[in-house]
Amino acid sequence: MSKNSQSVMDWIDARFPLTSSIKGHLTEYYAPKNFNFWYFFGSLALLVLVLQIVTGIFLVMHYKPDASLNAAGVPVAFASVEYIMRDVPGGWLIRYMHSTGASAFFIVVYLHMFRGLLYGSYRKPRELIWVFGTLIFLALMAEAFMGYLLPWGQMSFWGAQVIVNLFSAIPVIGPDLSVVIRGDFVVSDATLNRFFSFHVIAVPLILIGLVAAHIVALHEVGSNNPDGVEIKKKKDARGIPLDGIPFHPYYTVKDIVGVVGFLIVFSFIVFFAPEGGGYFLEFNNFIPADPLKTPPHIAPVWYFTPFYSILRAVTYPLFGIDAKFWGVVAMGAAVVIIAFLPWLDRSPVKSIRYKGGLFKIILAVFVISFFILGYLGVLPPTPGRTLVSQICSVIYFAFFLLMPVYSKMDKTKPVPERVS
Amino acid sequence: MKIRGISLVKKLLATALFAPLLAVASGPELHLDKAPVSTDPAALANGAKLFVNYCLNCHGASYMRYNRLQQIGLSESMIKDNLMFTADKIGEPMRIAMQREEAKVWFGAAPPDLTVIARSRASEFGSGADWLYTYLRGFYRDSERPTGWNNVIFENVGMPHVLYELQGEQVAKVTEADDGHGGKVKTIALEQGKPGKMSKEEYDKATADLVSYLVWMGEPMAETRKTIGTVVLAFLGLLFVLSYLLKKNYWKDIH
Repeated sequence: MSKNSQSVMDWIDARFPLTSSIKGHLTEYYAPKNFNFWYFFGSLALLVLVLQIVTGIFLVMHYKPDASLNAAGVPVAFASVEYIMRDVPGGWLIRYMHSTGASAFFIVVYLHMFRGLLYGSYRKPRELIWVFGTLIFLALMAEAFMGYLLPWGQMSFWGAQVIVNLFSAIPVIGPDLSVVIRGDFVVSDATLNRFFSFHVIAVPLILIGLVAAHIVALHEVGSNNPDGVEIKKKKDARGIPLDGIPFHPYYTVKDIVGVVGFLIVFSFIVFFAPEGGGYFLEFNNFIPADPLKTPPHIAPVWYFTPFYSILRAVTYPLFGIDAKFWGVVAMGAAVVIIAFLPWLDRSPVKSIRYKGGLFKIILAVFVISFFILGYLGVLPPTPGRTLVSQICSVIYFAFFLLMPVYSKMDKTKPVPERVS
Repeated sequence: MKIRGISLVKKLLATALFAPLLAVASGPELHLDKAPVSTDPAALANGAKLFVNYCLNCHGASYMRYNRLQQIGLSESMIKDNLMFTADKIGEPMRIAMQREEAKVWFGAAPPDLTVIARSRASEFGSGADWLYTYLRGFYRDSERPTGWNNVIFENVGMPHVLYELQGEQVAKVTEADDGHGGKVKTIALEQGKPGKMSKEEYDKATADLVSYLVWMGEPMAETRKTIGTVVLAFLGLLFVLSYLLKKNYWKDIH
């Protein structure tokens, strides 16, 4: 560093922890050297968050959260999205990036969570990282749900109608609560405006805060790795973990490869299949919202379908309360239960590499059930499908609730002293 | 990069993904004819002419500006002289004079805006173009309907057969067969009745052009999107190789 820039750095460092932050979080932050493919998805989730925020900023410049009809009889909100798609230079690209980004966010986050499940990343001392992560997932679901109303198409409208109506099933406070959420007795302009406000301000702020907490907690304890051994236990004379390498430059250059790989897949969808076969942009959503015309089949976007299936699987009223209410409870519990994983897993080892066959089989059955739930959530219910979704919902909850039992029973293999 | 201990998971995943497809079939079937969608400027221009003459009286295309037709090779004067009946300035969108309230009274429902109709009509049975192509060729005489017309894939549709003078009349032969579950399956076969100005082949070509135009209008940037996409992917492919080499070079000491 030249003498001048050194003196600038000294000036800043006397007032702001710049050099020490760069060291603490990048050049002298030691990460295990054995990260594999699954470890790309954390940095990719951060990338997608930034993509969504930046494209979102540009979309807000032209989008109008207004449910009233324009001269041609089209809702202003719907027309403003088409205006972005057609008349705003480059608007189509920004919009497709944002709509594809929503699905990409969930793909990346689901894979990121699955990585945690594979290698026991939630185990002590990383419980808080996992809890923050679950909260991020919850905030992300709220963000996606409210964002989906904004194009004001048929699926936007009726999806929101169905989900908000669920809250009215809560005893005593339900009906009033659903009115508070909508700001009206039906999904209307008031709903659109408050969802817009939450989608562009409130939830993103919460998300960014939670992501910061997630990363701060991670950097406090350091990353887990595919072997599930603590690299901080074996240090050299200078106090550097023997199996650790500085995050920068090693993982920054590696993550660039991941980023470019991700962008290839992402760009392929944005430029060649932006509708994602009707799963990323639902076909019915190209019809403006019509409060008088209920579509024959209302399906949530793919990333909600496993949880939507769990909701629909509950068909028995209990304690004199509507089954719908218990469905909502089950759906909420299905998300919240993820946060308790650190205290449910009693296995002596963290990583699947040293777990026994029992865990592997149970995990496989869990993943299959989750996929089946997701698949059934797209389809209209039939008695047969409801039965299948009930079985899969039981498996989903059993995976978590029986974990204290089966994780102890499982025959584990000895864990090596150092990463392999 | 190594992934261990999950080959079992992978196999089971594959089974999980495909098994339900066999187990649960979807609702009522809709048989659509495959639309021969074209991006040829001549076909699109012909489609635009048909659209303006036959559709743009009751249906608007309120997000579509007239001057965008230049993109399919029409000159400003051609658009102004031959196609622009509902606007004064070429930058205006394709609006209609008909009032929505009146339309509702006449047809039972206000005719939908057609700008993105080709995108909204897609389903698991086929693309939006397939639906439109089948629909426009599926009108038949039905004396029980107020308009005198019905449609094979849109039962009791409010829209009359506006391309009647081109296609002529079709007559429906309805056959009912047992569906094997105690119910009946209705099949409608169409036969040419009174002929129109066009032969069957000419009419198929005309509707194909019209549908091609509707597809183009649904997303006028679609071709640009693919062109840019090719360049982007080529760039990213190169960047991937370079970033991989960079990573490999940095990591050569790590074992």
